[in-house]
Amino acid sequence: MPAISVTGLFKRYASGFHALEDINLEIRRGEIFALLGPNGAGKTTLISIICGLVTPSAGRVLVEGHDIVGEYRAARSRIGLVPQELTTDAFETVWATTNFSRGLFGKPADAKHIERVLTQLSLWDKKNDKIRTLSGGMKRRLMIAKALAHEPQILFLDEPTAGVDVELRRDMWRLVRALSDGGVTIMLTTHYIDEAEEMADRVGVINKGRIILVEEKEALMRKLGRKQLTLELQERLERVPPALAGYGLELSADGGSLTYTYDRQAARTGIASLLKALIEAELRFKDLQTRESSLEEIFVTLVSDRGAATEPSVALMAGQEPRRQLS
Amino acid sequence: MNFYAVRAIYLSEMARTRRTLLQSIVAPVVSTSLYFVVFGAAIGSRISHVGGVSYGAFIVPGLIMLSLLTQSISNASFGIYFPRFVGTIYEILSAPVSYLEVVGSYVGAAATKSIMLGLIILATADLFVPLHIAHPLWMAGFLVLTAVTFSLFGFIIGVWADGFEKLQVVPLLIITPLTFLGGSFYSIDILPPFWRKAALLNPVVYLISGFRWSFYNQADVGLWFSVAMTLAVLAICLAIIGWIFKTGYRLKS
Repeated sequence: MPAISVTGLFKRYASGFHALEDINLEIRRGEIFALLGPNGAGKTTLISIICGLVTPSAGRVLVEGHDIVGEYRAARSRIGLVPQELTTDAFETVWATTNFSRGLFGKPADAKHIERVLTQLSLWDKKNDKIRTLSGGMKRRLMIAKALAHEPQILFLDEPTAGVDVELRRDMWRLVRALSDGGVTIMLTTHYIDEAEEMADRVGVINKGRIILVEEKEALMRKLGRKQLTLELQERLERVPPALAGYGLELSADGGSLTYTYDRQAARTGIASLLKALIEAELRFKDLQTRESSLEEIFVTLVSDRGAATEPSVALMAGQEPRRQLS
Repeated sequence: MNFYAVRAIYLSEMARTRRTLLQSIVAPVVSTSLYFVVFGAAIGSRISHVGGVSYGAFIVPGLIMLSLLTQSISNASFGIYFPRFVGTIYEILSAPVSYLEVVGSYVGAAATKSIMLGLIILATADLFVPLHIAHPLWMAGFLVLTAVTFSLFGFIIGVWADGFEKLQVVPLLIITPLTFLGGSFYSIDILPPFWRKAALLNPVVYLISGFRWSFYNQADVGLWFSVAMTLAVLAICLAIIGWIFKTGYRLKS
């Protein structure tokens, strides 16, 4: 049984805005699943529906087999939610608020467990401090402590490192991995590609309310390892000549260039035989270039309206930013 | 039933009262004492008895009601508005609790506070005027019923309000005038006929009348009218809260 199973989920607001369109998704037990997408793609809406904060317009969500509407108690008690914003009752103490969360989720008080959680999150020595005296990083860890107080099997982290400095981000990644090693299923949302790359077992990409890709991260990385050879032709082609059919060439829309994708780590890239075949086919080219297809490019292609904005400059700019993100 | 959740919310609300002891308990007691000094001792000494009861003693039930109504509303409305305002409501909404449990624990805590407050004011009043409670059980019944009813009303306001101003507006502009005009400081019998009829449209009149009856055995309206009116307000509040949770009004999108 999957940890989370989402079927035919729609969310339409009264304003007519379609936040989610026919979402189908399964989160496996014990995995770290990263939901990647630009701001406003529907990541938070999806999490909010699963956790009971937003009412779906249509569709069904099961949490370890329990329907989130019909069996909301069973479903919700298995989930811990860490929302994106640091929302805390500033006047409460760390200890009180963490115990409150445990009770709220229907568990009897267990000081030992709370102590373990606070220790794991380096908050134990702050347990009697008021929340308003904590730093931003501590508050974020406290949000996680609250979510873990009732020993959930599934943890949702909505943008866990948004607006967080590099060191804290590393801490967060270590922590998520430790939780995962402890058997907790983790679903995190992010608009940072490197975060998904670093953390996830599987990656889902969401844009404009639709899931456009769900893949093992390893498979994505293999795509990342590919290179492309682009040949600019002297004369435009209508179609790829039959003699070159075996190379999987892609002809550009204007017919002015051919693109060959190959695995640079392979023993034989096939470039030599391709060039030979080109000459035999009497195709003349005026220029050639090779480049790596970056993860950004894959995502930019996926996220843009199918090829409308695939200019390399977009990918290049994204690649130059200190934190690569989908914009 | 999620007993632990009800307990957690109730206790955390009560803890908030302890943190805001000055505002929650001391301030209402001080202001009520001032009423006793001004109306009871200073002005009241020039007013003859009302229906055989000294004026100072006569206003005690009305003063308790005044505090009970305003404090029930402000406790409960703030209790649910604050998590909405700072965003911690996400935790309540994502928790395995039923709406009934959420309302029950917030309203229960708010009502507990205002009942405690009512009893403290009663004890304070005892220092100023000779008190006599003819029907203690009825008194307790009215106290609890009114506290619960107006805590429910406060909960509604706390869900409805989208700013601190709205939170204040209803208690200040509606409840306080209704209470002052509802016979806290006088019997509506002394009003001219037209205003007496108008006063009967004010639900607070029935609450105060019934409560005063439980002290001094005298009432402006029949006892069962008072009970019926309190229950009617209670039923209206319950219906609105039922609707709020059914539609997720201002809580869920």
